[in-house]
Amino acid sequence: MSEHSPAIKISALNKWYDRFHALKDIDLTVSHGERIVICGPSGSGKSTLIRCVNSLEAHDSGTITVDGIEMKDAASIYDIRAEVGMVFQQFNLFPHLTILQNLTLGPMKARGLSRAEAEARAMGYLERVRIPDQAQKKPRELSGGQQQRVAIARSLCMEPKIMLFDEPTSALDPEMISEVLDVIVDLAEEGMTMLVVTHEMGFARRAADRMIFMDEGQIIETAPPEEFFGAPKSERCQKFLSQILQH
Amino acid sequence: MPRKTLWAIVLLFTLAGCSAAPGTWGWYVIDPTTPAGYNNIRFLLNGFGATILLSVIAAALSMTIGLLVALPGMSSNRWIRLPSRVYIEFIRAIPLLPMLFWVFYGLPVVLKSIGINVSIDAFWGAIITLAISDSAFTAEIYRSGIQSISKGQTEAAKTVGLTYGQTMRYVILPQAIRRILPPLANQFIYIVKMSAFASVIGMQELTRRANELVVTEYRPLEIYTLLILEYLVLVLVISFFVRWLERKMEADESR
Repeated sequence: MSEHSPAIKISALNKWYDRFHALKDIDLTVSHGERIVICGPSGSGKSTLIRCVNSLEAHDSGTITVDGIEMKDAASIYDIRAEVGMVFQQFNLFPHLTILQNLTLGPMKARGLSRAEAEARAMGYLERVRIPDQAQKKPRELSGGQQQRVAIARSLCMEPKIMLFDEPTSALDPEMISEVLDVIVDLAEEGMTMLVVTHEMGFARRAADRMIFMDEGQIIETAPPEEFFGAPKSERCQKFLSQILQH
Repeated sequence: MPRKTLWAIVLLFTLAGCSAAPGTWGWYVIDPTTPAGYNNIRFLLNGFGATILLSVIAAALSMTIGLLVALPGMSSNRWIRLPSRVYIEFIRAIPLLPMLFWVFYGLPVVLKSIGINVSIDAFWGAIITLAISDSAFTAEIYRSGIQSISKGQTEAAKTVGLTYGQTMRYVILPQAIRRILPPLANQFIYIVKMSAFASVIGMQELTRRANELVVTEYRPLEIYTLLILEYLVLVLVISFFVRWLERKMEADESR
């Protein structure tokens, strides 16, 4: 079923926070292997949108279908979350567990892997994010960049088909941004389907198949990166790009 | 309590006992070197067992009930939240002594009317009352401790596929426990002190024994002084234990 249905299909999605209309009639289809970068001014709804995909935020109307599973009840949300990994701005590692335990908790408790299997898998992904030597440390002993790479490895340990990145480098010191982006670019090159909310336009040029610009809860513009950066159509998008590309 | 304060209190009572005018203090009543005094002091100290047992069982029940009340109280669904809120507000409003009377004299009647024929003795009457009365407070302690853990932790747990129960057990509670433990220990001290009320329904714990001895010996000053010191010792032991536990958890955390 997953071969023929798109990775993500969102139709007529609306979300309100009380009287604030956060998402307005969003339609978006993401194919398997597609890498999408979402940008826009703060409060434009870009984080809310990707948080709706794995139901960290409940939507008010419209439909979300992930890998052929329509989001409707608790069971379908649970199934969708099994397909979707997520990386947060604030890392959200479990501070009371070691790095290795952070990575094995999900596979052991949610997937029923044995400790040995989970640890072997975890070490494999720690190699991929280039920090296998930190496995026995606690999160707060690591730098921000290392913590975010652990968070990426933790998501990968669940072997998701789709990855969501919610401003993965916004909480990082400048010198640590590239080590995290490199890991995400590696993933993109391996064909992972991903939705990335970020202001890192250099990264977007390198990794994105498609750019999405959001403002005031709507998708204003969607285009391949060359077209998006070379000749943005809407005035709002031109203004936004000129502001963030200035420096 | 700092050790100096403790010694100051002990010294104060001792000096008062020795130097006051003749007839004010009469420590002979619990002087262990005389056979009568020895019997009296043994009678009083034997209350420790009941007070401790009562407090420990009541506290364990209170912590269990408190958690079961606190968890639905944090639901995003208001109909799940409501019963928890009502329980806490209602129980918190009942003074301990009236509740004790109601449980001891009234509850068996209510239970009998619905076909459950049990008698509630003083021991279990006191435990039920202390546990229920205290559970409203422990529930609030759990709630504030759990809510102090950032929402990002729950979200991260969801994204790695954990269920609600697994998230609580493996992610939230292990972090919240360090913030919950100190106020929970305070509640335990409170239970130990409130267990004195069990004396009024005939439970032979520390306070009841002191009362009984006062009636036969007519030395309330000395006997109640000793009673206060007995509670002081109990509470100090608990606080030292909690300090030790906190230090141990801190050490485990930084390992």
